[in-house]
Amino acid sequence: MSIPAIKTEELRKVFGDRAAVKGLTLQVEQGEVFGFLGPNGAGKTTSMKMLLGLVAPTSGSASLLGAPIGDLPTRARVGFLPEHFRFQDWLTAREFLLLHGQLLGMDARDLQTRREELLERVGLSPFGNKLLRTFSKGMLQRVGLAQALLNRPALVFLDEPTSGLDPVGRRLVRDIIRELKEGGTCVFLNSHLLSEIEVTCDRVAFISHGEVIRTIEMESLERNMSRVTIRASGLTPEAIHGLARWGENIQSNDGQLVMTLQQEQALPEITRYLVAQNAEVYAITPNRISLEEIFIETVGEDGGL
Amino acid sequence: MKSISVLARMTFQEAIRRRIVLTGLVLGILFLILFSIGAYLISTEIQRETFAEGGAAYQNIMRTEMSNFLLMAGLYAVTFLSVAMGALLGADTLAGEINSGSIQTILTKPVRRSDVVFGKWLGFAGLLGLYAILMSGGVILIVFLQSDYIPRNMLTGLSLIYLESLLVMTISLAGSSAMPALATGGMVFGLYGLAFLGGWIEQIGTLASIPAAVQIGIVSSLIVPTEALWRRAAFEMQTPLASSLGMSPFGAFSAPSLLMVLYAILYLVVVFAIAVSTFNRRDI
Repeated sequence: MSIPAIKTEELRKVFGDRAAVKGLTLQVEQGEVFGFLGPNGAGKTTSMKMLLGLVAPTSGSASLLGAPIGDLPTRARVGFLPEHFRFQDWLTAREFLLLHGQLLGMDARDLQTRREELLERVGLSPFGNKLLRTFSKGMLQRVGLAQALLNRPALVFLDEPTSGLDPVGRRLVRDIIRELKEGGTCVFLNSHLLSEIEVTCDRVAFISHGEVIRTIEMESLERNMSRVTIRASGLTPEAIHGLARWGENIQSNDGQLVMTLQQEQALPEITRYLVAQNAEVYAITPNRISLEEIFIETVGEDGGL
Repeated sequence: MKSISVLARMTFQEAIRRRIVLTGLVLGILFLILFSIGAYLISTEIQRETFAEGGAAYQNIMRTEMSNFLLMAGLYAVTFLSVAMGALLGADTLAGEINSGSIQTILTKPVRRSDVVFGKWLGFAGLLGLYAILMSGGVILIVFLQSDYIPRNMLTGLSLIYLESLLVMTISLAGSSAMPALATGGMVFGLYGLAFLGGWIEQIGTLASIPAAVQIGIVSSLIVPTEALWRRAAFEMQTPLASSLGMSPFGAFSAPSLLMVLYAILYLVVVFAIAVSTFNRRDI
């Protein structure tokens, strides 16, 4: 069993009389892409800041890559893109990356090549000698991402990495996350954009009022919890009733049936069954339950306010 | 160690890029031009008057006293400008970066927070040093060119003025580790004003032999030893005659003891330690 990338136990932060994080217990494995989801004010950013040593926990414990949070040598193996990426805007992009690489204690030659490589990767090579002051929001986010990856980290924290980006930029971030995963880097992703999480994450935790209220494997989401829409005519009530053996939540209206399946593998059987019942089948469309539906189901319509 | 020098250089670079150095330089040169014109006008006028009366010895004394007076007036203004520079540099740094969030990517690097504070302190100390060399050096050079006069204990005096600006910068940095920039600036100038007023009460008290007033001055110097440093610097550099004649607006009648200078150094170290410990505990 390898050392977990992140492990927290009852991590708690109280600001005045308000508990921002009530008791966060979670474990993220190395090489995993982990999504951290929750409504505004749920304590996501505070949790991340505690892990990064920016905010001191009121109680509880946590470790990154096996070392207690705040451990200096471990920080050289961790990357971070903050949510409100404001950087030293009087530096050029190259100087900015140089500064952060030096603070990471990187070797000068390695830093030089790594810097050019990353500028290229985030599409900023032509702007390397421009002052960050002149950068757009999206460009700042790209250079911030490059900064987070300078040290080839074993663990990267990305707080809303796509919030300032256009669709091209978002695709870039998605691709980079995929590359990181292939390289064995653990990515801890904090995002509002559920579609982003859906395509990039292995596992997601839902957090509300500073507690993890549910953790799901994205794979199981794809495999097990499928919804299917059946468009058919000539269905008798008995035939509809008979579908219950494969799933639940059967809703029927106007020649259209929607039901939740336990197993995606049931689809061929359902097709055969409907044909045997003399129904005219026009379409059977599996549609996965979206993360959004689970999100709303988990935190409630009020967004956990 | 390496990260401290990286951060000190960053601080320096920031001051250059954000045109703080340029502004200081332009205003400093303007100040020196003004000072040299003023000094020239005053000295020619006084020399014309003194040449009309008295012998060579009298003229010599008058020239020395006049040059010293002009020099002290210039350094007095320079001290105030250095203090303002120190206060402003320190006030915005940590508070501003915490506020904007730009400090987050720095503090998550393998860097101790005390290194960040120390690196910034060193960078500012370097800037204030350059500023002191330009301004104090300029004033002394102008007086020297006009009347061949060099003050006594020059290096001691200038070091004390530099120490005063470092002290104010350190207080400002400490404030900035806990409070917003504006509140810090207000606090620093408030403290400086308190010391300034206390110093005057002490001087008047000494002159008029009012022990209670002298006590007030000493207490205010213990609260903030900035003014005491200036008065010690003035005491070191002014002519013995000026000291014994009594008050000049820019000189010192009652000189703070060397113990007060040591106290100021200790004060600086303690304030720096407070800055580090406050910043260490601060949630970013």
